[in-house]
Amino acid sequence: MRSNTGRDPQLHPSGRIELAGVTKRFQTPGGAPFTALRDVDLTVEPGEFCAVVGPSGCGKSTTLTLVAGLDRASEGTVAVGGQPVAGITRGTSFMFQTDALLPWKTVLGNVAMGPLFHGVPKKAALTDARDWLRMVGLAGFEDRHPHQLSGGMRKRVALAAALINEPSILLMDEPFGALDVQTKAIMSDELLSLWDQSKPSVIFVTHDLEEAIALADKVVVMTAGPGTVKAVFDIDLPRPRGSVQEIRFGQRFTELHHEIWESLRDEVTRAYARTSAPASPVATVEGVRS
Amino acid sequence: MTRRKLAILVTQVFVLILVFGGWQLFTSLKIVDPFFFGQPSGIVRTAWQWVQHGTNQGSIWLQIYTTMEEAVFGFLIGVAAGIVVGVLLGQFRFLSEVLSPYIKAVNALPRIVLGALFVIVLGLGISSKIVLAAFLVFFVVFFNAYQGVREVDGNLVNNARVLGASRMQVIRNVVLPSAMTWIIASLHVAFGFAVIGAVVGEVLGAQHGLGVLITDSQNNFNTDGIFAGMIIIGLIALIAEWLISLLERRLLAWRPQMSSEASAV
Repeated sequence: MRSNTGRDPQLHPSGRIELAGVTKRFQTPGGAPFTALRDVDLTVEPGEFCAVVGPSGCGKSTTLTLVAGLDRASEGTVAVGGQPVAGITRGTSFMFQTDALLPWKTVLGNVAMGPLFHGVPKKAALTDARDWLRMVGLAGFEDRHPHQLSGGMRKRVALAAALINEPSILLMDEPFGALDVQTKAIMSDELLSLWDQSKPSVIFVTHDLEEAIALADKVVVMTAGPGTVKAVFDIDLPRPRGSVQEIRFGQRFTELHHEIWESLRDEVTRAYARTSAPASPVATVEGVRS
Repeated sequence: MTRRKLAILVTQVFVLILVFGGWQLFTSLKIVDPFFFGQPSGIVRTAWQWVQHGTNQGSIWLQIYTTMEEAVFGFLIGVAAGIVVGVLLGQFRFLSEVLSPYIKAVNALPRIVLGALFVIVLGLGISSKIVLAAFLVFFVVFFNAYQGVREVDGNLVNNARVLGASRMQVIRNVVLPSAMTWIIASLHVAFGFAVIGAVVGEVLGAQHGLGVLITDSQNNFNTDGIFAGMIIIGLIALIAEWLISLLERRLLAWRPQMSSEASAV
């Protein structure tokens, strides 16, 4: 069910993501198989912003690599735009948790990579990259190297580098996880306004529930590993959402937060109990919220 | 120049004077026999004589040029081959697993001995020395290139692949620049090996070169000549080291700060 207002009806069908009965096992160095995902069913409609929350190690990131075509499912099917994924999925961009910028390239060179890889002539690619840097507010920083930028600026570069290919799917793996709270809020606002212009389908992995609700059309809660979909919540907050910082004081936001947290809490507690000796649930709750 | 740098420079000059002054003093006083251990003044005299009147093998510049030519060509060939093979084996796991025992075996051999073989096969000209130098350089660069390729951040590769890069584009844009830090670090050592290869090749049999000069001095019981040849080789290596540092600074300009201070020691 789609519960959003003001949707562009002419969304490209290639943005549809469909996971059916997906299981992913890894071979651990010791030889024993480790099941990261079990029987995951998930559909993301074209132009939909889907956030995935769940405890650490529940296979959230694995889901993204399967959609991107960087890895294969052990069982089940992963389809994008109606086609089963084979090889790297075209029209996809990925934003990683850690910086994936090339430290030896300038900011401009990093952003221009996507078009250059696709055979766009160098001059056109650089012009395009300049436009995108202006759009993320980094005009004047073209010739810097990534290590000369702040964490927030590097994320903007990564965002420009991801969007320049005009993807129909944007996969984001805790992209703002390492940022401080204020920068994170600003980046979230910018992400929403950029997303609104081209409306790619988004899978946004995070363990910050507030971030998930503030950004997404629907929030998927995953169980502690092996990960599977526990529940899906539609976020019926109207768009445009405005400032991510302020939306979280609204009454509906609080209700949704409460409702989803009820579902998420058990998983977080279970995951926490596995990784540590006798744990107090209070500490768990606080640890995840902060 | 800061006080500290000045103090280091003054002390360095002092150490130089102490070593050569002491050497000169002890040999002059016959506490140490200059026949066996040479003498700084004799070394300078020998070198000056080479410059003014040439050596038994002809002009000193011809000897230096020959050795340099062998070392530089050997270095370039060895570096190119080392990078290509290192990247290939780093990229194709199957290939590296197949070849790994052979590479280890060849690496364990005392490769310098192969120089004798090369002199027989390729003759007394420069080609046998170039091949020996290239062979020594290859292994140093290869191991570093291979390691560098294996250490490439998987995230960077995945990101480039998702952005649409082909295998070649990934190698050119991600793998090679990333491995470059490792490769360049190996070049400092590699040029030393190139010079060793050239000089040892000449000692094993040649008509020209600093190695020939040294064997000739040896045959004439001219210790000063051996030392003079050694010092000329050392100076060449220092200049090459400086050139490689320049290259390093240029190729790795993107890095936050240089770590070449460590390698300069």
